[in-house]
Amino acid sequence: MIFAIASRELKTLFISPLAWSILAVLQLILAYLFLTQIETFTSIQAQLANIDNAPGLTDIIVLPLFGNASIMLLLITPILTMRLVSEERRNKTLSLLLSAPLSSTEIIMGKFFGILGMLTIIVLLISLMPLSLLIGGELDLGKFACNILALSLLVSAFASIGLYMSCIASHPTIAAISSFGLLLLLWVLDWTAGLENQQDSLFNYLSILKHFQNIQSGLLNSVDISYFLLFTATFLILSIRRLDNDRLQK
Amino acid sequence: MTALLIEAKNLSRYYDNHCAVDDVSFSLAKGEVLGFLGPNGAGKTTTMQMLCGNLAPSTGEIHINGFDLLDQPKQAKKCLGYLPDTPPLYKELTVDEFLEYCGRLHGLGFREISQAINLAKSRCGLDEIATRLITNLSKGFQQRVGIAQAILHNPEIIILDEPTVGLDPIQIKEIRSLIKELGNEHGIILSTHILSEVQESCSHVQIINQGKLILKETISGLNQRMNTNTIKVVTRSSINLNYFSEISSISSIENPTDTHYFIHHDSNSNPTELIVEIIVNAGWGLMELSPIQQSIEDIFISLTTKNAEQSK
Repeated sequence: MIFAIASRELKTLFISPLAWSILAVLQLILAYLFLTQIETFTSIQAQLANIDNAPGLTDIIVLPLFGNASIMLLLITPILTMRLVSEERRNKTLSLLLSAPLSSTEIIMGKFFGILGMLTIIVLLISLMPLSLLIGGELDLGKFACNILALSLLVSAFASIGLYMSCIASHPTIAAISSFGLLLLLWVLDWTAGLENQQDSLFNYLSILKHFQNIQSGLLNSVDISYFLLFTATFLILSIRRLDNDRLQK
Repeated sequence: MTALLIEAKNLSRYYDNHCAVDDVSFSLAKGEVLGFLGPNGAGKTTTMQMLCGNLAPSTGEIHINGFDLLDQPKQAKKCLGYLPDTPPLYKELTVDEFLEYCGRLHGLGFREISQAINLAKSRCGLDEIATRLITNLSKGFQQRVGIAQAILHNPEIIILDEPTVGLDPIQIKEIRSLIKELGNEHGIILSTHILSEVQESCSHVQIINQGKLILKETISGLNQRMNTNTIKVVTRSSINLNYFSEISSISSIENPTDTHYFIHHDSNSNPTELIVEIIVNAGWGLMELSPIQQSIEDIFISLTTKNAEQSK
């Protein structure tokens, strides 16, 4: 039944032009950035050959590409998640789910996996670009896999925040704005951390960006992975609680 | 005794300090069609939402088919089909796709689903529009899709919140006959503020006002209440009233015009036959004879205003 909800979510996205236009825009911009990275690489290739331990193809092309993708997804995920619950509540279709033999957990997980399906498609499409380099060059596949993992963990965290905001908000736009704001705040936390040295450790720990970059650089640390997993689980549990609360008070 | 499908005990529901439903208890058995009647804002929809698990009651308990709605919500909800006051439709889907989704939500298997969809479509007259997008359908058809959704998984209990709103008279007739047909094998609760609808399609009636249950009757009981023990008689020539003095059950006779009479009688015997006999034998020319009934509207109004006075 989780699957039934998830597949309907995904289907609805692809029935409307929303999913298609997001995929197209994202792919176009990232492809352009990808090409400029390749351009840079070919122009500095000669100099790189003279340096010991020089950054390779993966460092120069894949890392910035996934870094850019993460910022694009920061903008896009709130748009994808905003409708999840708040629109059902507005259109009164939520009662269909509430009176079906489903627990709140199943409803929330169905919604979450539906949106995660869409985000997985996006991550896969992004990954195809560096893979095309295999035709003429060599990639550090371990690092490449770390980048895919980092981006997947990141989008699931984004999706869980978006889902929670959609549970709270009465209107999809409000859900989008608030989840975007929260994500951006968590993203820029470590900029301020650089300014005030005292609270370095706390802000560093909370910042999404720091953990994302750690995994991206190929350093698989259980702290970073558990950060994302805990992050996602926390907001999913909050969403479930919130949906349960709907029955208690209105 | 038939098993109770719904047993609601002492249900109350507060929105902050406002009490929407106040200590309501009732039950529903198989084969009953229970009409929920009340003015706007009486608490009909709140009660129905509580029965369907969309809203938790502030106090009280609900048993659906023997399952407690709070402790075993899944088993309880499997026996329920619910049509809210606004039909819950995903407008970007076609009718078929939507019904399939509903079937899967209720855990129907692949084969069961197509059978169930076909049955629901033919019952609600949706065969011709099955491949159209719900958003392009008229209000009446959308309402019918909503009903199809509620009866799709063949639930023991069907709860319909104002099912005939927005339908044209022919469609209303069809829905009413559908409700009657379903009522044979299911338990149905329907809410409405149209009084004649209750008379036509329900076997039991409950009137709710300001959150309180003020009347609980079978339809025949209701019809009895509507009896005013008065017979209206119209004749061609005027009647000699002395002829009727022999009939003991007649308490009084009103005579507003020459040929119009209102004959009041006791509630435990009906003198209609005797009256006809006397008039025919005397050759006064019987033109019309009908029992005067209080309309269900009158009962409704008298009950609701009485209730309002009591609460003052």
